[in-house]
Amino acid sequence: MSAQPIDQFAAKLSRERQNSVYLGSKAGHEKRTQVLFDAFPLANDLRVLAGEIKQHAIENLDTYLPQVEERLTAHGAKVHWAFTAEDACEAVHQIMQSHGAIRMVKAKTMVSEEIELEAYLKVRGIEALETDLGEFIVQLDHDHPSHVVKPIIHKNRREIAESFEKHGLGAYDDEPEVITRRARNFLRHKYLQADVGLTGANFVVAESGRLVIVTNEGNSRFSLAATKVHIALVGIEKILPRDRDLALLLNLLARSGTGQQLTVYTEFISGPKSPTQPDGPEEMHVIFVDNGRTDVLASECREILRCIRCGACMNVCPVYRQASGHAYRSVYPGPVGAVLSPLLAGDRFPEMADLPKASSLCGACQEVCPVNIPIPDLLLRLRDKGKRAGVPSPGVPPMWPWALLASQPAAWRTALIAGKAMDYVPMRLVPVPAVQAWVGKRTLPKWRGGAFRKWLKNRGQPVEPRRQTSRIQILPDAKPATIAGAIAKT
Amino acid sequence: MTPSNPSRPSGKRIQFMATCLCDAFYDQAAIATVQVLEHVGCSIEFPEAQTCCGQPAFNGGDWNASRKVVRHTVATFTGDHPVVVPSGSCAAMLFHGAALAFEHEPDRAEVESLGGRTWELADYLVNGLGVTVWPGHYRSTLAFHRSCHSRGTPSGDAALTLLRSIEGLQLVEFGEAEQCCGFGGTFSVGFPNISTAMGELKLDHILEAKPEAIVSADLSCLMHLGGLAEKAGRAIPTLHIAQVLRDALANASLLPVLVES
Repeated sequence: MSAQPIDQFAAKLSRERQNSVYLGSKAGHEKRTQVLFDAFPLANDLRVLAGEIKQHAIENLDTYLPQVEERLTAHGAKVHWAFTAEDACEAVHQIMQSHGAIRMVKAKTMVSEEIELEAYLKVRGIEALETDLGEFIVQLDHDHPSHVVKPIIHKNRREIAESFEKHGLGAYDDEPEVITRRARNFLRHKYLQADVGLTGANFVVAESGRLVIVTNEGNSRFSLAATKVHIALVGIEKILPRDRDLALLLNLLARSGTGQQLTVYTEFISGPKSPTQPDGPEEMHVIFVDNGRTDVLASECREILRCIRCGACMNVCPVYRQASGHAYRSVYPGPVGAVLSPLLAGDRFPEMADLPKASSLCGACQEVCPVNIPIPDLLLRLRDKGKRAGVPSPGVPPMWPWALLASQPAAWRTALIAGKAMDYVPMRLVPVPAVQAWVGKRTLPKWRGGAFRKWLKNRGQPVEPRRQTSRIQILPDAKPATIAGAIAKT
Repeated sequence: MTPSNPSRPSGKRIQFMATCLCDAFYDQAAIATVQVLEHVGCSIEFPEAQTCCGQPAFNGGDWNASRKVVRHTVATFTGDHPVVVPSGSCAAMLFHGAALAFEHEPDRAEVESLGGRTWELADYLVNGLGVTVWPGHYRSTLAFHRSCHSRGTPSGDAALTLLRSIEGLQLVEFGEAEQCCGFGGTFSVGFPNISTAMGELKLDHILEAKPEAIVSADLSCLMHLGGLAEKAGRAIPTLHIAQVLRDALANASLLPVLVES
C-alpha cells in the first residue's frame, strides 16, 4: 500500500503508545476548554486580538529587535545574533569556553532542540543537562520530545519507572510522586555543580527589554540560582511590543497549553545581577536565533511565526492523536509542526513536504490557537508549494483527469452515465491505489450518476398539496435496519 | 472560514449547485434540496453546465488543476442571484478556498464575487431567509454530525436551529462531537489508516448514543462514515439534512404532489 509516511508510522504505532497520546492530548484539550471559557466567555475575541498583536510584532521586527537590543544592553546583558543553528550553537560554546565552563543546566527550550545544541556541546566535552522533568526523561532515554509542552506524552509511568531503574535512579517504582522526587534529588546536585544556566524565553518585550519565562517546575529559576552565567536562546519571533500585552498573552498561554490560569512560575528577567537586583547570574547573554525565521517571514506562511508554543493545536488534532508526535520527524509536531517544520527545513523542504498533507483540514487547530493562526490555510499553501516543486505524493491520486472532466460539461455528463460501470466491477480488482485505499475499510455508495439531472428534467409541475408518502419515511418505531431498507429502495 | 461577504444576496430566485457527490451518488439529497427550497418559495435555476466546485484538487494540493475547475464554475454560475449548495465544504471552497487559490490571479475578483453570493443550504434557510422553525414532523432519534467545514461559519448552528425545531425529532448527544470524521478529501486515501481510525472513533461515539441515523450537511462526511460502518458490519443509515427537512414536510402532507410529465 503506497500511503504517506505519517500514515505508515501511525499504522505501526503500538496500541499502548497511541492510547497514551490520545488520552493525554484529549485531557489537555478538555481542560483548556473549561479553564479558558470559564474565565473568558469571549475567549475567541481574545484569541483574535492576541493574533493581531503577534502579527504586528513579527511584521515590525525591524523596529522591535533593535529596541530590545538597546534595552537589554542598557541593563547589562550581552546580545548576540545567530543567523543559523550552527551560529547559535557556536555562540553558546564560545560563551562557555570563555568561562572555562563544562557543565550546563538547561530549562526547557524548543529552540535548543531545533538547533540540536545538546549534541553539539556533547562532542565538545560539555554536559547540557535537561532540568524539566519531561525533557530529563527524554534525555535519559536518548528519546525525542513528542509534544512541545508535554515532551513525554507518548510514555506511560511504567516505561519511566523502568528507565529510572536502568539509569540507577532507584529500584522500579511507578508512583508519579516517587519518580518526581527521585528526579528532583538528582537534579538538585546538578544545579549546584553547574557553571551555566540556559533558558529560552516565552516572550521578550520590546518596550522594557524583559525576558519572560514560564515553567511549572521552577526549574528555570533553579537553573539560574547558583550559576554565574545565564544564556537565553530566543527565536526572533518571540517579541511582544508592550509589557501590557503580557496580560493577554500570559493568560492565553497557560490556559491553552496546560489548562492553568497561570503557570506556577512566571519570571521576568531584564538583565544580570545589579545593585538594584542583587540575585542571579553575574552575566547574561541573550542569543537571538533566526535559523530560517526570516525566510518564513518573507513567505506567504508568515502567520506561523505568531506561534507561542502552547501545544493546544496538537492536543486537539485528531491526526496527532492517532499518529503521535514522532510521526512528524521534526522538533515541532502536530499542526504547527506540519507548517513550521517544512518551512524551517529550507533547502530540505522536499523531505518534509508530506507533513502539510497529514491533515483532514478539519480546522480544529485554528479554532483553539491562542494567536488564531490560520493553520489549515497554511497547510494548503504548502501543499500547493510541494506540488509546484514537483515533490511526489504517494497514495494521492493525480488530479488532472478530474480537472479535465470537470471543466468540460459534455464530458462530465458522459462520465456520470459511464460511471455506472463501477457498480459491475468488483472494487477489489480496480488497480487504482486510491480506490484500494478507500475500499480497504469502506464501501462505496451505489453509482447514481445523472439520476438527479434526469429527475429534474422529467419531473412534472407541482399541483396542489395532498397527502404523500415520503420517499424516505421514518416511521415512529423505525429500527435502523428498516430505515436502511427504505433508503435502499429509493 | 467565515463567509467573506457579510451582505450576501438572499433573494428567493436562486441558482442551485448540486455538487459532484450529488451528481454521482446522492441524487436523493439533491432532489430533497430542490423540494425544500421550493417549499420556502424559491424559484430554482439549475445551470446544466455545472460540474464541481474545485475542492478535490484544491485540498489535494494541485491548485493549478483546481483553478481550471473553479474558472469553469465561475463561468457557469453567472448573474447575481444567491447560489445555494447542499454542502458546507463546497460552499466554503467557493467563499474561502477559491479566494486563496486565486490570490495572485487576474480573475480573482470574479471568483470572489461568486463566493460572495454562495450559501450553504441551512445557512441560507436560517440566515438568508429567516426560517427558524421548520414545519412538519419527523419522529426519529438522530445524531447530528457537525461537519468541519461549518467551523467558523453560521452553518452548524443554522442546521441545529432547523433540526431542533422539527416536531418529534430528537437529537442525541455523543462524545467528542466537535471532532472530525476523518474524511478530508484526498486525505482519506493518502492516509487511509489515520482516516479510518478517526472515522471508527467517531462511529464508536455516535453508535453508543443509539441514534436511528446520522444527519449532516456534508455528504462527504456521510459517505465516509456510512461506508466505514457498513464495511465493519455495523451499518447505520445516513441522511443529508435536506432529506430530513423534506421528509418532515412529507410526513405532514406539506409537499406538493408532482405529476410526471
